[in-house]
Amino acid sequence: MYSVNYHRASSVADAVKLLKKAEDGQVVSGGMTLIPAMKTRLAAPSDLVDLRHVDELKGIKVSGKTVTIGAATTHAEVAGNDKLAKVCPAICGLAAHIGDPHVRHMGTIGGSLSNNDPAADYPAAMLALDATIVTNKREIAAAKFFKGLFETTLKDGEIVTAVTFTAPAKCGYAKFPNPASRYAMTGVFVAKGKDGVRAAVTGAGDDGVFRSKEIEAALAKKFDAAALEGVAVSSRDLMSDIHASAEYRANLVVVMAKRAVAAANA
Amino acid sequence: MGVEGIGARVARKEDKRFITGGGRYVDDMVVPGMKHAAFVRSPHAHADIKKIDVKAAKKMPGVIDVLVGKELKTDGIGNLICGWMVHSKDGSPMNMGAWSPLAVDRVRYVGDAVAIVVAETKGQARDAAEAVEVTYKEKKAVTDTVSALKKGAPQLHPEAPGNLIYDWEIGEAEATDKAIAAAHHVTTLQIVNNRLVPNAMEPRAALGHYDKAEDHYTCWTTSQNPHVARLVMSAFYNVAPENKLRVIAPDVGGGFGSKIFIYPEEIVCLWASKRTGVPVKWVADRTESFLTDAHGRDHVTEVKLAFDADNKMTAMKVDTIANFGAYMSLFSSSVPTYLYATLLSGQYNIPAIHCNVRAVYTNTAPVDAYRGAGRPEATYVVERVVETAARELGMSPAELRRRNFITEFPHQTPVIMNYDAGDYAASLDAAMKAADYAGFEKRREQAKKAGKLRGIGMSCYIEACGIAPSAAVGSLGAGVGLWESAEVRVNGVGTIEVLTGSHSHGQGHETTFSQLVADRFGVPLDSVSIVHGDTDKVQMGMGTYGSRSGAVGMSAIVKALDKVEAKAKKIAAHLMEADEGDIVIENGELKVAGTDKTVPWFQMALAAYTAHNLPEGMEPGLKEGAFYDPANFTFPAGCYICEVEVDPETGRTEIVQFVAADDFGNIINPMIVEGQVHGGIAQGVGQALLEGCHYDDNGQLITASYMDYCMPRADDLPSFQVSTSNTPCPSNPLGIKGCGEAGAIGSPPAVINAITDAIGNNDLTMPATAQKVWSILNAAKH
Repeated sequence: MYSVNYHRASSVADAVKLLKKAEDGQVVSGGMTLIPAMKTRLAAPSDLVDLRHVDELKGIKVSGKTVTIGAATTHAEVAGNDKLAKVCPAICGLAAHIGDPHVRHMGTIGGSLSNNDPAADYPAAMLALDATIVTNKREIAAAKFFKGLFETTLKDGEIVTAVTFTAPAKCGYAKFPNPASRYAMTGVFVAKGKDGVRAAVTGAGDDGVFRSKEIEAALAKKFDAAALEGVAVSSRDLMSDIHASAEYRANLVVVMAKRAVAAANA
Repeated sequence: MGVEGIGARVARKEDKRFITGGGRYVDDMVVPGMKHAAFVRSPHAHADIKKIDVKAAKKMPGVIDVLVGKELKTDGIGNLICGWMVHSKDGSPMNMGAWSPLAVDRVRYVGDAVAIVVAETKGQARDAAEAVEVTYKEKKAVTDTVSALKKGAPQLHPEAPGNLIYDWEIGEAEATDKAIAAAHHVTTLQIVNNRLVPNAMEPRAALGHYDKAEDHYTCWTTSQNPHVARLVMSAFYNVAPENKLRVIAPDVGGGFGSKIFIYPEEIVCLWASKRTGVPVKWVADRTESFLTDAHGRDHVTEVKLAFDADNKMTAMKVDTIANFGAYMSLFSSSVPTYLYATLLSGQYNIPAIHCNVRAVYTNTAPVDAYRGAGRPEATYVVERVVETAARELGMSPAELRRRNFITEFPHQTPVIMNYDAGDYAASLDAAMKAADYAGFEKRREQAKKAGKLRGIGMSCYIEACGIAPSAAVGSLGAGVGLWESAEVRVNGVGTIEVLTGSHSHGQGHETTFSQLVADRFGVPLDSVSIVHGDTDKVQMGMGTYGSRSGAVGMSAIVKALDKVEAKAKKIAAHLMEADEGDIVIENGELKVAGTDKTVPWFQMALAAYTAHNLPEGMEPGLKEGAFYDPANFTFPAGCYICEVEVDPETGRTEIVQFVAADDFGNIINPMIVEGQVHGGIAQGVGQALLEGCHYDDNGQLITASYMDYCMPRADDLPSFQVSTSNTPCPSNPLGIKGCGEAGAIGSPPAVINAITDAIGNNDLTMPATAQKVWSILNAAKH
């Protein structure tokens, strides 16, 4: 790791100010991706602006079916929130299986979404839940937020402050973890809301998180694992690496979708 | 057996400091004036070095010096060597290419060290290392074991035409071919033994300190054998004369073989300390560990096993290519020869065996001994082919093995080894009973109903430990003898220090060795201290690897204890005016048998040092040393049975049961032995299911971090059922065989035999990832 200046922001406005002053500033939340990247010298910001101590970014609000999660809320807090578990247990279950206990107590939802790792869990959930990503400047629909591998539509100085979504009638998540990293080698989040069925896939697309038309069409007919029997997903735009070929991932998309639906119906 | 003696489950003395962060590792060592080093390493797998420009780096903040290979050569520092001579079958010596501690004109693998930067801080050293400008001319690389021998393959060393290091054989080729030609049935199998990265928890580290005033060198290093390090560094690398070099291996966080070898970094740190005038410390980061620790395994093999009409084995023929990486590491040559082919008889009576081994250079990290070293490769060949043969012959795998077991001892195999004792059927029976082998078909049916494919596989391994009789290994090419030393010092108050040439880096020697002493003299465990890992304290030793420290290291202690006991009895007899033949030692007292006369242990010890009243002519003091050279190898053996369930939708394998029944000879501490078996099985399961070192065609290591290299985790493993049924080893005084590697040796074939049973397809390579298994099942559907 190169030497770096560390700043602890007291508010979002303060963080923006600190970033502006820095030569090559970077916000850090849990640092679960950024710090390892800095250690291996793949990232070398001049200044880090820490958001973990900004109160306005923390906490989970549940009002009826409307859920708002502050950006600096850790995965462990999402996993353990009783109110959230009542309206949307799948998101709690997802958070409970991110990384390991260390990661879950440091990593945050805002950090995960801003980083948009193509194998992260949260992007699939946000896309399937049709969530809104709230920043210090605007509100962005999840469908417009994620843009390829590690890319989002966030602009310079724009900081994710919260996510908000309406809990659907039913939803579920299943992932097949990469045996080494335990990131999703393929993860599928399915949601059945008033506007129909949405199924989002992480870990498999060669351009990041995406919605699977094949899965959604089959589940629109019947929201049941049996509806996915014989359904095939094209491997054309899927990732291929030493751990999983595109063909294997195409299979996993269907299998994980089945298990996600079964979990949603359980 | 007392509560602290031989056979007792004593909690490990050393664990208190390990689990409270109180261990003292090389990185914890601080010497006044100490500076930090970073190595400049090749980003290319194969390239000529055209120019190294250190000007900019030398001007960086905090930099003390930047040193390159040419300066190292100027100072007369020697090349790294392989210390075991193996001859090809045509009689020619192995073709060893030059390995300079810092590459001078060519780099041969990604991570090859090119320069060292010494700076005030580690960060400054790393910054400056990036500023060293090396101009490379890239060459084509070869990484694949088989491709290295192909015509037109990129050539690594002028000394090794065709990248061939040796073409070696063992056994009778003609007799084997004849038996195969005449066989009733021949099973043929192609086998790949996957390359592994050792991944000791503590990365390698070195602290070199040249003391100008004393003209003396000290090297703290993560070593399994500090004395061998000192010997090799002085005798071959010209770093320092042996009497002016102290090597210290303090607490070491795991080795698994990878810390046996002498690496470039410790040589360069010592040399750099003299050049710069400051103590120089280097600690590998995890990426450096992946890139430069000696890797393990990496064999490609064809095996044929022949049977007569009664399903008795008549011959085995093996052809292996072993990948040695870019340079020959210290003991690399012995691994796929004398530690591998000599075990190909397994537990079976096979009248004729022939094995041919070709060792090759490739543009990858050097490969050397890794937990088991050759014996896991041999066991994998034998146990995969035996299980496959049973399936082809339509015979129960257990019964085919039983029919061919060696039952009379000693047994001379056709491949050097003379097995001294064992009861293979006992282990097989114990394992089958523990695994409820008979009830398997019912469990398979139940699994089927739940949509799972259940399979069972076994592995009856044998290995050779207690390495080794010095004359025997010397005749086979070893550059060292493989005895062990011990010194027992009884202090004036009766406490005892045991100095040993063995080295503990996780094995628990401080506990087991103390148990041996406590058992002998009936003194409390806490009054015994074990001293190891420092060439200034222990005169000479051969270190710890090959499961030798029980069988060889403790045997040396026994010899020294015998001498101490004899003298102690003489002193006690003199004090009590009794015959020394009547003295017995019990519960910390020396007694005259059949009387109430006693002398406490401490009083006898005090008498030895006051010397006021010793027998006529006896020297004062109570301190005895011994060297022990083993008479034979030891032969631990056992039977492992693995049961798996495969999820056909994803190809994922879950190990639902793992049974280990071992014969380790006599056991000092059953808890530590079980721990060794658990750890060994975890590593074996890692090899079978998860760990696969992967280089791309350009020689870049794709699996250079835990993001891509999969180490076994607790949730990848079941709760093991382990047991032992022991036949004492006849060749050493304690009857110990050794247990450190068995788990890693016996388990991979059991796992793969179980998965191939579950999926009904034998064509499966390690690691058996979910993707591989799914692909096989998916192909069968279409």
